[in-house]
Amino acid sequence: MKFVKTLTSGSLKSSACKGGCGECQTSCQSACKTSCTVANQKCENEKNK
Amino acid sequence: MIHQYSRNGINIVLDVESGAVHILDDLPYKILTYIDEENIAAECPAIVYKELTGYSDSDISFAYSELYSLYKKGMLFSKRDYNIPLQEEYPIKALCLHISHDCNLRCGYCFADGGDFMQGRKIMPYEVAKAAIDFIVARSGARKHLEVDFFGGEPLMNFDVVKKTVKYARSLEKEKNKEFRFTITTNGLLLNDEIIDFINSEMGNVVLSLDGRKKVNDSVRKTPNGKGSYDIIVPAFRELVKKRGGKEYYVRGTFTAQNLDFSKDVIHIHSLGFDQVSVEPVVLDKDNPMAIKKEMLPVIFKEYDELADKLITLRKKGDFLNFFHFMIDLEQGPCVIKRVKGCGSGTEYVAVTPDGDIYPCHRFVGNSRFIMGNVMNGFDTDKKISAEFAECNVLTKPECEKCFAKYYCSGGCAANNFNENGDIKKPHEISCELEKKRIENAIYIKAVEALQK
Repeated sequence: MKFVKTLTSGSLKSSACKGGCGECQTSCQSACKTSCTVANQKCENEKNK
Repeated sequence: MIHQYSRNGINIVLDVESGAVHILDDLPYKILTYIDEENIAAECPAIVYKELTGYSDSDISFAYSELYSLYKKGMLFSKRDYNIPLQEEYPIKALCLHISHDCNLRCGYCFADGGDFMQGRKIMPYEVAKAAIDFIVARSGARKHLEVDFFGGEPLMNFDVVKKTVKYARSLEKEKNKEFRFTITTNGLLLNDEIIDFINSEMGNVVLSLDGRKKVNDSVRKTPNGKGSYDIIVPAFRELVKKRGGKEYYVRGTFTAQNLDFSKDVIHIHSLGFDQVSVEPVVLDKDNPMAIKKEMLPVIFKEYDELADKLITLRKKGDFLNFFHFMIDLEQGPCVIKRVKGCGSGTEYVAVTPDGDIYPCHRFVGNSRFIMGNVMNGFDTDKKISAEFAECNVLTKPECEKCFAKYYCSGGCAANNFNENGDIKKPHEISCELEKKRIENAIYIKAVEALQK
């Protein structure tokens, strides 16, 4: 594209059918304990590896 | 829904429902403001040609066609046209184990009221810790990865029980087909060679509490006799990280109204030799002089911007610094189901106190309204409370539905919401504003790094 650079095409929709295995880390167990941030968690779904 | 913003001449557009992120030249960025997302035409609206003077018609037409192409591919103005499967009940797979309701520091902002959570100073007997491990094994269903965070108070004040609990949990792994991941949050005062070696061997992550500059740290993180902790803990943390062999850790601090220039604290921690840093806004009643107030937000926003710029500059020089709240995975991050559910408090994640009481998370400990059960009295938990927390997600909060950050913060911290608004589903406004700013910066850093390649 001439005027647009896409950093990511986004995978939220496709992750709805493949996701939900629940094996990823609970966000509050990482470093926060007083706020909530989930977007930095790693996906641990065996099917996605 | 899209969110568009510019930083230092970089125009960023987040397509909220798909998660797509684009960097736009000025022309398409301006055109976006003329697009009605409920009525997107294949041809560029006439008003754009009329109002965007200084651009040729052919460039406008071409730029619009690129935006329209993104729209047709579901990467711009996309809608959620799929179901997100949510349940009323989940396996419990993460424990915040309050191994000690006692602490050897008296930090001025402690949400646990000096470590005892307003319940009196106690340490957890081994029998309770063992029952908590049995509880999570029994309640985790098919989940393989089980997480236990040794928390307090100061968990190292009950180090023998930490060791015995780890040994017991490990003894169950093979038979029960589980893998325990331990973490510990410590103020560092009791660290010695034996404890460092144990932590580095057994803990998948360790959170080391330090607020930053000596003056900042020691004005709040004091021993019971009023002395600062900096000079004791910094050498111990350095030793621990040096011997950690690349395993995960965070040096974690808290900023308050007294150090709104907290980017200096992040950089100071980094200058001590640490590259994994988290410094978070304090959680306090709004009447406390250290509390973060709404009128401070512009200053904090500027500080996050400066921190992002400093982080980019350092990394460009090959000096890596990771700031926890600027971490974002645009490609392989968590699925949308996780993003909607959030931290899992009260559903997948619970806290257990030294008496064995089960709470939705560590932040609710001390409020008897939220006691879900007791690990010494069997493994059942209050289904009403877990259902209340299961129902608390991005899709059920009207304020979140309209927010660009909803799939990144997952609706915020239920405890912050409850403490501010008396309702776990009503977002805490200051936390929302801070989180939105952090997400903007996290994506901005990704954009800068992509353009540098």
